[in-house]
Amino acid sequence: MNPIYLFFHKTGSPPWFYKYSGKLVPFLWAIFLVLAAYGLYLGLVVAPADYQQGESVRIMYLHVPSAWMSMMIYGLMAIMGFIALVWRIRIMEVLVISSAPVGAAFTAIALITGSLWGRPTWGTYWVWDARLTSELVLLFLYFGVILLYNAFDEPRKAARAASLMSIVGAINLPIIYFSVEWWNTLHQGSSMGSDGPGIHPSMLLPLLLMATATKFYYGANLLTRARLTLLKQDHRKRWVQDLLTEESH
Amino acid sequence: MSRQSTGTAFVALLRRDFLLAYRRRAELLQPLVFLLVVVTLFPLGVGPSPSLLANIAPGVIWIAALLATVLSLDSLFRSDFEDGTLEQMVLSGQSLALIALARTVAHWLVAGLPIVLLSPLLAMWMNLPDEGLLILIESLAIGTPVLSLIGAIGGALTVSLKRGGQLLSLLVFPLYVPLLILATSAVSSAAVDLPYTGQLGLMLAGLIASLTLAPFATAAALKLSLS
Amino acid sequence: MLAVSELSFERYFERVFEPVSFELDAGSLLLITGSNGCGKTTLLRLLAGLLEPSEGEISKSEQPLYAGHFPAIKDDLSVQENIRFWMKFMGTRKSGQMTGLCEQVIEEIGLTPVALQEGRTLSAGQRKRCSLARLLFCDESLWLLDEPYSNLDPQGIAMLDQILKTHLNAGGACIMTTHGSLRPEGFDLQECHMISGRERYAGAAA
Repeated sequence: MNPIYLFFHKTGSPPWFYKYSGKLVPFLWAIFLVLAAYGLYLGLVVAPADYQQGESVRIMYLHVPSAWMSMMIYGLMAIMGFIALVWRIRIMEVLVISSAPVGAAFTAIALITGSLWGRPTWGTYWVWDARLTSELVLLFLYFGVILLYNAFDEPRKAARAASLMSIVGAINLPIIYFSVEWWNTLHQGSSMGSDGPGIHPSMLLPLLLMATATKFYYGANLLTRARLTLLKQDHRKRWVQDLLTEESH
Repeated sequence: MSRQSTGTAFVALLRRDFLLAYRRRAELLQPLVFLLVVVTLFPLGVGPSPSLLANIAPGVIWIAALLATVLSLDSLFRSDFEDGTLEQMVLSGQSLALIALARTVAHWLVAGLPIVLLSPLLAMWMNLPDEGLLILIESLAIGTPVLSLIGAIGGALTVSLKRGGQLLSLLVFPLYVPLLILATSAVSSAAVDLPYTGQLGLMLAGLIASLTLAPFATAAALKLSLS
Repeated sequence: MLAVSELSFERYFERVFEPVSFELDAGSLLLITGSNGCGKTTLLRLLAGLLEPSEGEISKSEQPLYAGHFPAIKDDLSVQENIRFWMKFMGTRKSGQMTGLCEQVIEEIGLTPVALQEGRTLSAGQRKRCSLARLLFCDESLWLLDEPYSNLDPQGIAMLDQILKTHLNAGGACIMTTHGSLRPEGFDLQECHMISGRERYAGAAA
């Protein structure tokens, strides 16, 4: 049999996935902690304050990576959702629905940090600028997927519905983003909150570190959630029973 | 085996839908009355100052159109789903995307087109300048089919849920954002003699994209709901 | 015509029914039996193509005709309008004027007296007859019938038996489910008894 097919078939098998992701997760957490610690240190302590915005610019090290992750995760959900729907691979279904809460959390963090950043910069906690507005609509898209998943009784059907919705949402996402950008220029002229003409290298490094750290956070969180979901879903099956008896020895 | 030709099946479906709509014509009025009532609430809520109303007119009318459309979307597939008709259609061998398109077209003709026709009345209530009226009608004529097409995806996804209606609105509203932005911008610009053809052009592109893509997503959602 | 091998379906990560295997040739009638909730309807829907199997395989030579629990009748349309729509939508092997054909079909299923009445006014038995009308104008060779005798009066049962005999003699095949005493009489039957996943599970735990 085709080895590629075998590989997907194997990784699609829940016990196999559970075992090997379990080995991976601690490494992911470790890398995340190291990168995040170093990145935050560089960003909050070492890097210079901004010429215009002062110390408050440091929120950027949380806000920007979160915003990037919020969009990346939705895109990943769509890709995994597509695979899940077309090839009916259960593991993909589980990964899609495990990603949604993480993505929503990053979106919320982006919104909250964006809002906190706005206070010293613009004087209010909220303005309808392009980025914040897009993030808000993205949050609603995430809520839609999560609520849709929870509305169905049967878990696999629910996961497939959520997958379809995330594909539809992902296709619309660039359109939404650009239309909001355009709407913003229409109504406000140039927006606040952009990073300026160029970013200083001493600010770039912590930013990239945080961006990478968030990816490892996502990976660790995703795998942990997925493993838990698999255990819950398969609790009657042999492989879970075996695991439990193993662990009790 | 004699598979009915696609065209004949499409037409048969449309005719059935019109017959059904006609038999329940009182129900068709509900979203339209809703539309009228919602628009009326705005002057009552924000005050009747003509300049204020004129300012917010495009947005108000369009948002009311969105809300009215979403109301009528829940029942798009529900009846067929519940009495087994949808199953039979899926099994009939006809392209499910085409079936979805037929239902969507029927939906637009009985739910979206009336909105377009009522818009002059709404424009008058909201004190929209005359220059904006034609563009309002155009924007609605191009936009309401898109509302039906995208809304059908939501309707198909939620049809097997008992309380699908609310969730349906939450699912489709973010997807409607670009349309809302473009349409209201077009009308506002026209009202003050600024260029608007760019927005309308983009909306038209959106309509074509939806026409080609949405029925397939709706078909996938229908198959999913039946499983 | 149809072959099924170790077929099963999962819901909530449990098997709805224990794997089944059977083969069906032209001219045969397969009766699926089992207690309530053991998955007979699910099996038919799998065979029809509405569901994807979780385990096992189905190989069929053509798309079957499926007459399920729901009669696919619109309340707001008359019997005649309902049947006409389906005839137009599905296509029919019979040639000739649609109206005449429609009347003929309605006559054969014994609903001429109520032909112009709206779907909502029909009794359960009449609805069943109406849903079986598609057996008369569709030309699929394989039929999947879900509890076709339920709600039918003795004349209805005789009518269905007659339609079934004609179909089988012409080389068609049929799979039907039943949960109890309503069984086709006077036919050469294959049987397949289904066991629900729960039954097997309960048996294993005991």
